[in-house]
Amino acid sequence: MNRATASQSLSVSFTVGLYGTAFGAASIAAGFSVLQTCLLSLLAFSGASQFAVVGVMGAGGTAIAGIATASLLGVRNMLYALRMAPLLRVSGFKKVIAAQVTIDESTGVALSQEKLGTEAMKQGFWLTGFGVYIFWNIFTLLGALGAKAMGDPSAWGLDAAVPAAFLGLVWPRLTNKLERALAICALVLAVLLSPVLSAGLPIISTVVLAVIFGWKVRR
Amino acid sequence: MNPLWIGVIGSSVALFALRYSGYLIPEKYLTNPRMLRINTLIPVALLSALVGVQTVTEKGSWVIDQRLAGVAVALVALMLKAPYFVVVISAALTSALLYRL
Repeated sequence: MNRATASQSLSVSFTVGLYGTAFGAASIAAGFSVLQTCLLSLLAFSGASQFAVVGVMGAGGTAIAGIATASLLGVRNMLYALRMAPLLRVSGFKKVIAAQVTIDESTGVALSQEKLGTEAMKQGFWLTGFGVYIFWNIFTLLGALGAKAMGDPSAWGLDAAVPAAFLGLVWPRLTNKLERALAICALVLAVLLSPVLSAGLPIISTVVLAVIFGWKVRR
Repeated sequence: MNPLWIGVIGSSVALFALRYSGYLIPEKYLTNPRMLRINTLIPVALLSALVGVQTVTEKGSWVIDQRLAGVAVALVALMLKAPYFVVVISAALTSALLYRL
Protein backbone atom coordinates (compact mmCIF):
# COMPACT_ATOMS: atom_id res chain seq x y z
CA MET A 1 0.00 0.00 0.00
CA ASN A 2 1.46 3.32 -1.10
CA ARG A 3 1.03 5.86 1.69
CA ALA A 4 1.05 8.95 -0.52
CA THR A 5 -1.69 7.44 -2.70
CA ALA A 6 -3.72 6.35 0.31
CA SER A 7 -3.60 9.76 1.95
CA GLN A 8 -4.51 11.56 -1.28
CA SER A 9 -7.43 9.16 -1.82
CA LEU A 10 -8.71 9.68 1.69
CA SER A 11 -8.54 13.47 1.60
CA VAL A 12 -10.29 13.62 -1.77
CA SER A 13 -12.95 11.19 -0.53
CA PHE A 14 -13.75 13.17 2.56
CA THR A 15 -13.82 16.59 0.89
CA VAL A 16 -15.99 15.40 -1.98
CA GLY A 17 -18.15 13.31 0.33
CA LEU A 18 -19.00 16.44 2.32
CA TYR A 19 -20.82 17.87 -0.73
CA GLY A 20 -23.27 15.04 -0.20
CA THR A 21 -24.84 17.23 2.48
CA ALA A 22 -25.64 19.89 -0.14
CA PHE A 23 -27.15 17.25 -2.41
CA GLY A 24 -29.23 15.72 0.37
CA ALA A 25 -30.64 19.12 1.29
CA ALA A 26 -31.25 20.15 -2.34
CA SER A 27 -33.05 16.90 -3.06
CA ILE A 28 -35.42 17.32 -0.10
CA ALA A 29 -36.03 20.96 -1.11
CA ALA A 30 -36.95 19.73 -4.60
CA GLY A 31 -39.66 17.48 -3.11
CA PHE A 32 -37.91 14.11 -3.09
CA SER A 33 -38.29 11.89 -0.01
CA VAL A 34 -35.37 10.89 2.25
CA LEU A 35 -35.51 7.36 0.79
CA GLN A 36 -35.47 8.62 -2.81
CA THR A 37 -32.62 11.00 -1.97
CA CYS A 38 -30.52 8.21 -0.44
CA LEU A 39 -31.28 5.83 -3.32
CA LEU A 40 -30.06 8.43 -5.80
CA SER A 41 -26.74 8.62 -3.95
CA LEU A 42 -26.48 4.84 -3.55
CA LEU A 43 -27.50 3.91 -7.10
CA ALA A 44 -27.01 6.86 -9.46
CA PHE A 45 -23.89 7.97 -7.51
CA SER A 46 -22.74 10.84 -9.70
CA GLY A 47 -22.83 14.29 -8.12
CA ALA A 48 -23.60 16.54 -11.08
CA SER A 49 -26.15 14.08 -12.51
CA GLN A 50 -27.92 13.75 -9.17
CA PHE A 51 -28.10 17.53 -8.76
CA ALA A 52 -29.47 17.71 -12.31
CA VAL A 53 -32.29 15.20 -11.68
CA VAL A 54 -33.48 16.99 -8.56
CA GLY A 55 -32.91 20.43 -10.12
CA VAL A 56 -34.85 19.69 -13.30
CA MET A 57 -37.68 17.76 -11.63
CA GLY A 58 -37.87 20.16 -8.69
CA ALA A 59 -38.46 22.98 -11.20
CA GLY A 60 -41.39 21.04 -12.69
CA GLY A 61 -39.56 19.14 -15.43
CA THR A 62 -40.74 15.68 -16.47
CA ALA A 63 -38.98 12.48 -15.41
CA ILE A 64 -37.74 12.07 -19.00
CA ALA A 65 -36.17 15.55 -18.98
CA GLY A 66 -34.52 14.80 -15.61
CA ILE A 67 -33.18 11.42 -16.75
CA ALA A 68 -31.97 12.85 -20.08
CA THR A 69 -30.05 15.68 -18.40
CA ALA A 70 -28.53 13.27 -15.85
CA SER A 71 -27.53 10.86 -18.63
CA LEU A 72 -25.92 13.56 -20.75
CA LEU A 73 -23.89 14.59 -17.71
CA GLY A 74 -23.08 10.92 -17.07
CA VAL A 75 -21.59 10.20 -20.50
CA ARG A 76 -18.20 11.24 -19.16
CA ASN A 77 -18.36 8.36 -16.68
CA MET A 78 -18.47 6.01 -19.66
CA LEU A 79 -15.32 7.61 -21.05
CA TYR A 80 -13.63 7.24 -17.66
CA ALA A 81 -14.62 3.57 -17.68
CA LEU A 82 -13.00 3.18 -21.11
CA ARG A 83 -9.81 4.70 -19.75
CA MET A 84 -9.86 2.57 -16.57
CA ALA A 85 -10.74 -0.79 -18.18
CA PRO A 86 -7.23 -1.66 -19.45
CA LEU A 87 -5.73 -0.57 -16.10
CA LEU A 88 -8.08 -2.48 -13.79
CA ARG A 89 -8.63 -5.58 -15.98
CA VAL A 90 -11.69 -6.59 -13.97
CA SER A 91 -14.24 -9.25 -14.82
CA GLY A 92 -17.51 -10.64 -13.47
CA PHE A 93 -18.93 -9.05 -10.35
CA LYS A 94 -15.79 -6.99 -9.83
CA LYS A 95 -16.58 -5.25 -13.12
CA VAL A 96 -20.00 -4.27 -11.75
CA ILE A 97 -18.37 -2.80 -8.64
CA ALA A 98 -15.69 -1.01 -10.67
CA ALA A 99 -18.38 0.48 -12.92
CA GLN A 100 -20.37 1.77 -9.94
CA VAL A 101 -17.36 3.63 -8.47
CA THR A 102 -16.10 5.01 -11.81
CA ILE A 103 -16.48 8.75 -11.20
CA ASP A 104 -14.54 12.00 -11.71
CA GLU A 105 -12.56 11.57 -8.51
CA SER A 106 -11.57 7.87 -8.68
CA THR A 107 -10.43 8.31 -12.28
CA GLY A 108 -8.68 11.58 -11.47
CA VAL A 109 -6.73 10.16 -8.52
CA ALA A 110 -5.83 7.00 -10.51
CA LEU A 111 -4.48 9.05 -13.42
CA SER A 112 -2.53 11.35 -11.13
CA GLN A 113 -0.61 8.34 -9.70
CA GLU A 114 0.88 7.51 -13.11
CA LYS A 115 4.44 8.26 -11.97
CA LEU A 116 4.14 5.79 -9.08
CA GLY A 117 3.24 2.87 -11.34
CA THR A 118 0.14 0.83 -12.19
CA GLU A 119 -0.25 -0.65 -8.71
CA ALA A 120 -0.53 2.82 -7.19
CA MET A 121 -2.96 3.83 -9.94
CA LYS A 122 -5.22 0.86 -9.19
CA GLN A 123 -4.98 1.54 -5.47
CA GLY A 124 -5.89 5.20 -6.05
CA PHE A 125 -8.92 4.18 -8.10
CA TRP A 126 -10.32 1.70 -5.59
CA LEU A 127 -9.59 3.70 -2.44
CA THR A 128 -11.02 6.91 -3.85
CA GLY A 129 -13.99 5.14 -5.43
CA PHE A 130 -14.97 3.39 -2.19
CA GLY A 131 -14.03 6.38 -0.05
CA VAL A 132 -16.21 8.83 -1.96
CA TYR A 133 -19.02 6.25 -2.10
CA ILE A 134 -19.05 5.83 1.69
CA PHE A 135 -18.71 9.53 2.62
CA TRP A 136 -21.06 10.73 -0.14
CA ASN A 137 -23.80 8.43 1.08
CA ILE A 138 -23.32 9.23 4.78
CA PHE A 139 -23.41 12.98 4.11
CA THR A 140 -26.37 12.67 1.75
CA LEU A 141 -28.36 11.09 4.56
CA LEU A 142 -27.25 13.78 7.03
CA GLY A 143 -28.13 16.58 4.57
CA ALA A 144 -31.51 15.05 3.82
CA LEU A 145 -32.38 14.57 7.50
CA GLY A 146 -31.17 18.09 8.29
CA ALA A 147 -33.32 19.63 5.56
CA LYS A 148 -36.29 17.51 6.64
CA ALA A 149 -35.92 18.74 10.22
CA MET A 150 -36.15 22.33 8.99
CA GLY A 151 -39.60 21.70 7.55
CA ASP A 152 -40.35 23.37 4.23
CA PRO A 153 -36.91 24.57 3.03
CA SER A 154 -38.41 27.03 0.53
CA ALA A 155 -40.04 28.90 3.43
CA TRP A 156 -36.52 29.81 4.62
CA GLY A 157 -35.52 31.48 1.36
CA LEU A 158 -32.45 29.26 1.09
CA ASP A 159 -33.18 28.65 -2.58
CA ALA A 160 -29.95 30.21 -3.89
CA ALA A 161 -28.15 27.09 -2.63
CA VAL A 162 -29.07 24.99 -5.67
CA PRO A 163 -27.87 27.36 -8.43
CA ALA A 164 -24.79 28.09 -6.29
CA ALA A 165 -24.13 24.34 -6.10
CA PHE A 166 -24.24 24.14 -9.90
CA LEU A 167 -22.02 27.21 -10.20
CA GLY A 168 -19.50 25.56 -7.89
CA LEU A 169 -19.55 22.42 -10.04
CA VAL A 170 -19.03 24.24 -13.34
CA TRP A 171 -16.44 26.74 -12.06
CA PRO A 172 -13.38 24.41 -12.08
CA ARG A 173 -14.24 23.41 -15.67
CA LEU A 174 -13.94 26.97 -16.98
CA THR A 175 -10.24 26.79 -17.70
CA ASN A 176 -10.07 28.64 -21.04
CA LYS A 177 -11.82 31.32 -23.08
CA LEU A 178 -13.83 28.83 -25.15
CA GLU A 179 -15.29 27.19 -22.05
CA ARG A 180 -16.13 30.53 -20.47
CA ALA A 181 -17.81 31.72 -23.68
CA LEU A 182 -19.78 28.47 -23.88
CA ALA A 183 -20.84 28.80 -20.25
CA ILE A 184 -22.23 32.30 -20.80
CA CYS A 185 -23.98 31.35 -24.06
CA ALA A 186 -25.54 28.24 -22.50
CA LEU A 187 -26.75 30.18 -19.46
CA VAL A 188 -28.32 32.91 -21.61
CA LEU A 189 -29.89 30.45 -24.08
CA ALA A 190 -31.47 28.34 -21.34
CA VAL A 191 -32.90 31.42 -19.59
CA LEU A 192 -34.26 32.83 -22.87
CA LEU A 193 -35.89 29.50 -23.79
CA SER A 194 -37.45 28.96 -20.35
CA PRO A 195 -40.76 30.74 -21.07
CA VAL A 196 -41.25 28.89 -24.38
CA LEU A 197 -40.10 25.31 -23.72
CA SER A 198 -41.35 23.02 -20.96
CA ALA A 199 -39.11 22.68 -17.87
CA GLY A 200 -35.90 20.74 -18.45
CA LEU A 201 -35.80 21.18 -22.23
CA PRO A 202 -34.11 24.62 -22.14
CA ILE A 203 -31.27 22.92 -20.25
CA ILE A 204 -30.98 19.92 -22.57
CA SER A 205 -31.07 22.18 -25.63
CA THR A 206 -27.73 23.71 -24.66
CA VAL A 207 -26.04 20.45 -25.69
CA VAL A 208 -26.32 21.87 -29.23
CA LEU A 209 -24.04 24.70 -28.13
CA ALA A 210 -21.51 22.21 -26.73
CA VAL A 211 -21.49 20.43 -30.10
CA ILE A 212 -21.05 23.71 -32.03
CA PHE A 213 -18.27 24.92 -29.74
CA GLY A 214 -16.49 21.55 -29.77
CA TRP A 215 -16.82 20.93 -33.52
CA LYS A 216 -14.07 23.24 -34.73
CA VAL A 217 -10.65 21.65 -34.32
CA ARG A 218 -8.52 23.72 -32.00
CA ARG A 219 -4.78 23.96 -31.36
CA MET B 1 -45.92 5.42 -10.80
CA ASN B 2 -44.92 8.69 -9.15
CA PRO B 3 -42.72 10.71 -11.57
CA LEU B 4 -40.11 11.28 -8.84
CA TRP B 5 -39.63 7.51 -8.53
CA ILE B 6 -39.29 7.24 -12.31
CA GLY B 7 -36.61 9.95 -12.14
CA VAL B 8 -34.74 8.14 -9.34
CA ILE B 9 -34.84 4.69 -10.91
CA GLY B 10 -34.43 5.85 -14.51
CA SER B 11 -31.38 7.98 -13.83
CA SER B 12 -29.82 5.22 -11.69
CA VAL B 13 -30.28 2.65 -14.46
CA ALA B 14 -29.05 5.05 -17.17
CA LEU B 15 -25.93 5.99 -15.23
CA PHE B 16 -25.03 2.41 -14.47
CA ALA B 17 -25.56 1.38 -18.09
CA LEU B 18 -23.26 4.18 -19.26
CA ARG B 19 -20.49 3.24 -16.84
CA TYR B 20 -20.75 -0.49 -17.37
CA SER B 21 -20.73 -0.13 -21.15
CA GLY B 22 -17.41 1.71 -20.83
CA TYR B 23 -15.90 -1.52 -19.51
CA LEU B 24 -17.34 -3.51 -22.42
CA ILE B 25 -16.68 -1.28 -25.44
CA PRO B 26 -13.23 -1.54 -27.04
CA GLU B 27 -11.47 1.79 -26.51
CA LYS B 28 -10.81 2.45 -30.21
CA TYR B 29 -14.49 3.23 -30.85
CA LEU B 30 -14.56 6.30 -28.66
CA THR B 31 -11.27 8.05 -29.19
CA ASN B 32 -12.33 10.45 -31.95
CA PRO B 33 -10.82 13.76 -30.76
CA ARG B 34 -13.90 15.74 -31.79
CA MET B 35 -16.17 13.48 -29.72
CA LEU B 36 -13.83 13.72 -26.75
CA ARG B 37 -13.78 17.50 -27.00
CA ILE B 38 -17.55 17.77 -27.26
CA ASN B 39 -17.85 15.42 -24.30
CA THR B 40 -15.78 17.68 -22.08
CA LEU B 41 -17.91 20.66 -23.14
CA ILE B 42 -21.32 19.06 -22.48
CA PRO B 43 -21.06 19.38 -18.66
CA VAL B 44 -19.99 23.03 -19.06
CA ALA B 45 -23.11 23.79 -21.14
CA LEU B 46 -25.58 21.83 -19.00
CA LEU B 47 -24.30 23.04 -15.63
CA SER B 48 -24.20 26.67 -16.81
CA ALA B 49 -27.75 26.32 -18.14
CA LEU B 50 -28.83 24.95 -14.76
CA VAL B 51 -27.23 27.91 -12.99
CA GLY B 52 -29.19 30.33 -15.18
CA VAL B 53 -32.54 28.56 -15.01
CA GLN B 54 -32.36 27.97 -11.26
CA THR B 55 -31.34 31.57 -10.57
CA VAL B 56 -33.73 33.71 -12.61
CA THR B 57 -36.68 31.53 -13.65
CA GLU B 58 -39.58 30.02 -11.78
CA LYS B 59 -42.18 27.78 -13.40
CA GLY B 60 -41.25 29.01 -16.88
CA SER B 61 -41.23 32.75 -16.09
CA TRP B 62 -38.34 35.09 -15.52
CA VAL B 63 -38.18 36.08 -11.85
CA ILE B 64 -35.59 38.32 -10.22
CA ASP B 65 -35.51 37.67 -6.47
CA GLN B 66 -33.18 36.86 -3.57
CA ARG B 67 -31.65 33.95 -5.53
CA LEU B 68 -29.80 36.32 -7.86
CA ALA B 69 -28.12 38.02 -4.91
CA GLY B 70 -27.23 34.63 -3.42
CA VAL B 71 -25.63 33.44 -6.67
CA ALA B 72 -23.75 36.74 -7.02
CA VAL B 73 -22.26 36.14 -3.56
CA ALA B 74 -21.37 32.57 -4.61
CA LEU B 75 -19.59 33.98 -7.67
CA VAL B 76 -17.54 36.33 -5.50
CA ALA B 77 -16.71 33.44 -3.14
CA LEU B 78 -15.50 31.35 -6.10
CA MET B 79 -13.36 34.22 -7.37
CA LEU B 80 -11.80 34.40 -3.90
CA LYS B 81 -11.08 30.63 -4.21
CA ALA B 82 -13.40 29.73 -1.33
CA PRO B 83 -14.06 26.00 -0.82
CA TYR B 84 -17.23 24.55 -2.37
CA PHE B 85 -19.01 24.38 0.95
CA VAL B 86 -18.46 28.03 1.73
CA VAL B 87 -19.73 28.91 -1.75
CA VAL B 88 -23.02 27.06 -1.30
CA ILE B 89 -23.62 28.17 2.28
CA SER B 90 -22.83 31.83 1.64
CA ALA B 91 -25.32 31.81 -1.25
CA ALA B 92 -27.99 30.14 0.89
CA LEU B 93 -27.49 32.56 3.79
CA THR B 94 -27.58 35.60 1.50
CA SER B 95 -30.85 34.56 -0.10
CA ALA B 96 -32.37 33.62 3.26
CA LEU B 97 -31.40 36.97 4.74
CA LEU B 98 -32.90 38.97 1.85
CA TYR B 99 -36.01 36.82 1.90
CA ARG B 100 -36.57 37.65 5.57
CA LEU B 101 -36.10 41.41 5.13
